[in-house]
Amino acid sequence: MTNPINERSHLMNRRAFLSKASIGIGTAALASLLGCNPFRGDESGLIGAAGQAAGGALGLPHFAPRAKRVIYLFQSGGPSQLELFDYKPLLQKLRGQELPESVRMGQRLTGMTSNQASFPLVGSFYAFKQHGQSGAWLSELLPYTSKVVDDICIVKSMYTEAINHDPAITFFQTGSQQPGRPSIGSWLSYGLGSTNENLPTFCVLLSRGTGRPNGQPLYSRLWGNGFLHSLHQGVQFRSGKDPVLYLKDPEGMSRESRREMLDRIAALNQQQLDQFGDPEISSRIAQYEMAYRMQSSVPEVMDISGEPEYIYRMYGPDAMTPGSFAANCLLARRLAERNVRFIQLYHMGWDQHDNLPGAVARQAKDVDQASAALILDLKQRGMLDDTLVIWGGEFGRTNYSQGMLTDTSYGRDHHPRCFSIWMAGGGVKPGIVYGETDDFGYNITRDPVHVHDFQATLLHLLGIDHERLTYRYQGRRFRLTDVEGRLVKELIA
Amino acid sequence: MKPSNSPTTKAGRFALAAGAAAVLCCVLLMPRCQRAKAEGGPALASGQKAVPEVVDFNFHVKPILSDRCFKCHGPDNRTREGGLRLDTREGAFAALGEAGDRHAIVPGDVERSTLIRRIFSDDPNLVMPPPESNLLLEDYEKAILKKWIEQGADWKEHWAFIPPVKPALPKVKNKAWAHNEIDLFILARLEEQGIEPGPPASREQLIRRLSFDLTGLPPTLEEIDAFLKDAAPNAFEKAINRLLDSEACAEHLASKWMDVARYADTHGYQDDLERVMWPWRDWVIHAFGQNMPYDQFVRWQLAGDLLPEPTREQLIATAFNRNHKITQEGGVIPEEYRVEYVADRTQTFGTAFLGLTLECARCHSHKYDPVEQEEYFQLFSFFNNVPEYGLIEPYGAIPEPYIRLSRKEISEVLTFINNADTLDDIPLMVMQELKTPRQAYVLRRGLYDQPAEPVNPGTPKSIGAFPPELPPNRLGLAEWLLDPANPLMARVTVNRFWQQMFGTGIVATPYDFGSQGALPTHPELLDWLAIRFVEDGWDAKALLKYIALSAAYQQSCELRPGLMEQDPENRLLARAPRLRLSAEMIRDHALAISGLLNSEVGGPSVKPYQPEGIWEETTGGGGGSTASYIMDEGEKLYRRSMYTFWKRTVPPPSMMSFDAPTRDFCTVQRQETSTPQQALVLLNDPQIVEACRVLAYRAVEEGGAGIRERIAFMFRLATSRQPGESELESLVEYFGSELARFRQRPDAAASFLSVGQYPQKELLPAPEMAAYALLANAIFNLDETITKG
Repeated sequence: MTNPINERSHLMNRRAFLSKASIGIGTAALASLLGCNPFRGDESGLIGAAGQAAGGALGLPHFAPRAKRVIYLFQSGGPSQLELFDYKPLLQKLRGQELPESVRMGQRLTGMTSNQASFPLVGSFYAFKQHGQSGAWLSELLPYTSKVVDDICIVKSMYTEAINHDPAITFFQTGSQQPGRPSIGSWLSYGLGSTNENLPTFCVLLSRGTGRPNGQPLYSRLWGNGFLHSLHQGVQFRSGKDPVLYLKDPEGMSRESRREMLDRIAALNQQQLDQFGDPEISSRIAQYEMAYRMQSSVPEVMDISGEPEYIYRMYGPDAMTPGSFAANCLLARRLAERNVRFIQLYHMGWDQHDNLPGAVARQAKDVDQASAALILDLKQRGMLDDTLVIWGGEFGRTNYSQGMLTDTSYGRDHHPRCFSIWMAGGGVKPGIVYGETDDFGYNITRDPVHVHDFQATLLHLLGIDHERLTYRYQGRRFRLTDVEGRLVKELIA
Repeated sequence: MKPSNSPTTKAGRFALAAGAAAVLCCVLLMPRCQRAKAEGGPALASGQKAVPEVVDFNFHVKPILSDRCFKCHGPDNRTREGGLRLDTREGAFAALGEAGDRHAIVPGDVERSTLIRRIFSDDPNLVMPPPESNLLLEDYEKAILKKWIEQGADWKEHWAFIPPVKPALPKVKNKAWAHNEIDLFILARLEEQGIEPGPPASREQLIRRLSFDLTGLPPTLEEIDAFLKDAAPNAFEKAINRLLDSEACAEHLASKWMDVARYADTHGYQDDLERVMWPWRDWVIHAFGQNMPYDQFVRWQLAGDLLPEPTREQLIATAFNRNHKITQEGGVIPEEYRVEYVADRTQTFGTAFLGLTLECARCHSHKYDPVEQEEYFQLFSFFNNVPEYGLIEPYGAIPEPYIRLSRKEISEVLTFINNADTLDDIPLMVMQELKTPRQAYVLRRGLYDQPAEPVNPGTPKSIGAFPPELPPNRLGLAEWLLDPANPLMARVTVNRFWQQMFGTGIVATPYDFGSQGALPTHPELLDWLAIRFVEDGWDAKALLKYIALSAAYQQSCELRPGLMEQDPENRLLARAPRLRLSAEMIRDHALAISGLLNSEVGGPSVKPYQPEGIWEETTGGGGGSTASYIMDEGEKLYRRSMYTFWKRTVPPPSMMSFDAPTRDFCTVQRQETSTPQQALVLLNDPQIVEACRVLAYRAVEEGGAGIRERIAFMFRLATSRQPGESELESLVEYFGSELARFRQRPDAAASFLSVGQYPQKELLPAPEMAAYALLANAIFNLDETITKG
């Protein structure tokens, strides 16, 4: 190809094109090249995708970040803290006795157990032991996590406002129980922009647990951009032939043919640009180039066949199964290596209302080895320091049995008043256990961490003051943390 | 109470109109640079911000006060600091302090105005806004406030709460340019800025623009040709009439209304079960098809069940207020969610009809607009009397209240319902009123379990107190709303129709006419249209026609030299906007030009192509019919996009890529973005690739014998114009190179032609056919194809 336009589109990367285009078109084109119509951005005139530009017009980061990227291993359904992280020997002692009113204090239960005649206490079916230098108690269901316990920070005093799945998971991911707000990843994409020219800033991977394969659904709103520009939407990466929706060229189309098509389209679009001067046309040309780059970069990152054998062994046997949690953890590391800003995993199936002992063991087995492997893998690559890893669900589970308590089985209902998550890397203090709950495992007795506090802390680690990352929409400045949130300094190294 | 299409105006119900013109005409005096993007306040403009000669309260001062001060010195008395409120005249000029010897604002006296002292202070303990608010006043903004006080601190009421008055027509120099009154308002502003209006668009552009704007579909080649040939002076008007009378127009208007009405085919929370609301959607199409007076259209939807002896049609219309999400999640407290449903109806009412963010006043009094929390719950109480339950129980039940539409009544009376599946009995959720209204309360922090004082139905005083002679129910509320003296309803409505035609409203924030919203760029035009609309009997199609007939609408979209600098946002309309087509339009465009489009109207929603597995991989096993996506076959794949089954928690991804809203709540403005995902959809979605193949068949069959003719045929269908010589050359050359490629790899040609269910036609050898299909796909991916200029 000798056509200069075609040549240019080959060479085009965002900045090169920018400098070229901006000569003729001016600042609006700049913004629109960055994928946003500046006039449909934040109503206060801040450019929606400003963070995409180096430095960013949003003035971000507000201070030196500790983490450059996040891998969030979301455990959907409400993992039982009592079988995993929060050791309560008293519950074993009082097994079968009624939950005292002095502990419950009339607090709300879900509609699933509020009519139960009896609330028999039940301790963990599984044994706990202390591990590592921190001496943290961990369940025997987490043998691999136990080995990295000095790398992680366990928060036992999380609490939330929602008691049912849909509002609770929406709250965790967007800061609001009702749908419509941007998710955490979208906020970060908006605030900090992309650090990879060839991959989306916010990638999402789903897996289904074996503990309760038909448990709680997910919703695409959880990785939705809400009122932010749709460039900030999470892009789902999937196992199978089309790793990103619509990524794969139609049957019969070669890469050369695709390249030529894009060149032809760009050339004709350029003619329109020359005639109408609409900067949106430049933007479209740039977006087609990004799409083209994604067509190579996404399959490349999804192809784990080149990973060495010891890596598979680290992540465990499931790592070979596309779409499993373990495989997704490995993909998360690969995405992190490519500087994807926010990598969101969801592992479904943690909703153990009944038959908990068997189901929770299977769920734990799904995730334990790969979660720990991710920590070790990031560490050995020197990436744990600036990669924040988060492991946790939307709420915890009750200390009393839902349904019949038998010798071998019981269930647990949703419990928003205390639950456990862990974090690692990215400036988080390693090897600590933060917060305490009472001996019944029902209420928090020390250092409560609200969902908004957690979100504020997460943003802080990325160099963002949660009160200053705002987007004005419908006349109001919205924040991930709404009007609350407190930085939990004790979690920060 | 006798409902009628023209309720009598009760004097005193709404604020007196006097003074409205004075408030609004000031806009004409303002330099453009301060007005552009008024919503965000002047903070956004860069560099060359000059303080205007004459500072205007509404256009310069109020946006600053609202955005930076009202949070602590605004309508919400619970968070008001220092006893100072700046949202009312009395408050702003009031004496402060225990001795009453201090004033925030002393007209003409900067020295004695503590507001000035505080905003210019260097002391972090004194400066306003305080540092911990994270709000900042720029030097320019401080200068505005100072100058305003120097010039006498003239105060004006918020423009949107003053009922519109018919303005005098502005005087313009270039009278010959104007087609109708709209143009006088547009031209007056342009002349004031020394900007020439644009030349008229080409006839091809015009017919394309009009077709998309009125029907959501491209013009056919026959329609283009007929228009090009029609030398009659009223050729364009004839085209408008033809399009307005089409069923496609009714569908398009309905499709827009579905965003407002948050229409969906599922309940929306957790398992997201299927619901049957499409008969209501069919009614909306029917109503637009009949060009039902818009006030009646709204009245029936708000309160059809409360009309005397309501007809089935009037009951069906009320399904509007049942389109909100409903949960079936077992553990919830039903009352918590019932309150959400009532809040959703209230919010929808506020956004759709009043253009106000009423929902802000749910947890506390509004921070920016004069709506108290108590007033929010007074409005809430109108929607609180439905015999409903917060939880779908048992699982999969139809939420009460609902009616059943029998096959017989559909075939005899409700013939606008497309009972394609010949169901015997179609359940439809509708509104019903409890015999004894449920007592409503102010809910502290908006929470269902925190009732405070009881409240009765009422409306915000700032807009217009609810008159005692109206029944205190939804019907009374509809009458209050549709009273011509209501300052918001007609303005908000015409603004939305304007947005449909120009991409952006005269008020750029159609959801917010309040203090934080954008100011109208042409306030007098907005009032002119609002009054005319009501006088015309709320005739929506007449309004659309009136707009389409204006010279402003018919301008070229070309960005002439200098225009980008003078008016980057095109708020003055010296050119037509150049806009990307909506999600629905893009897919329908592909279906239409390929000839695949199935023009059947209404009926149950359909399931066209969608990537495999995306429902399945998020389901929790519940959801029944929405657990897995069973794609339709044959003709159902080619229905207009407004009929695509809408699963709220996993909406159709190709539509979402093109900025369709989730339908979780009322939406009156879509984003317009450009992303790589959009490119991927247009390049690879089987729906598009298939349509391009079928378009290629059409080109071979109808487009002529030669390569050039066939390519030009496809190009013209996609863009509504003939390709230029260089464009055609480029495409023909491209065809040649692709043909060569496919000849080398006939298997690839065969594969490319196998995408989609549509039967293959062997009109030409596979490599040639594939090259045409590929060309069609390239043409469909042109920016121009998915744009209306």
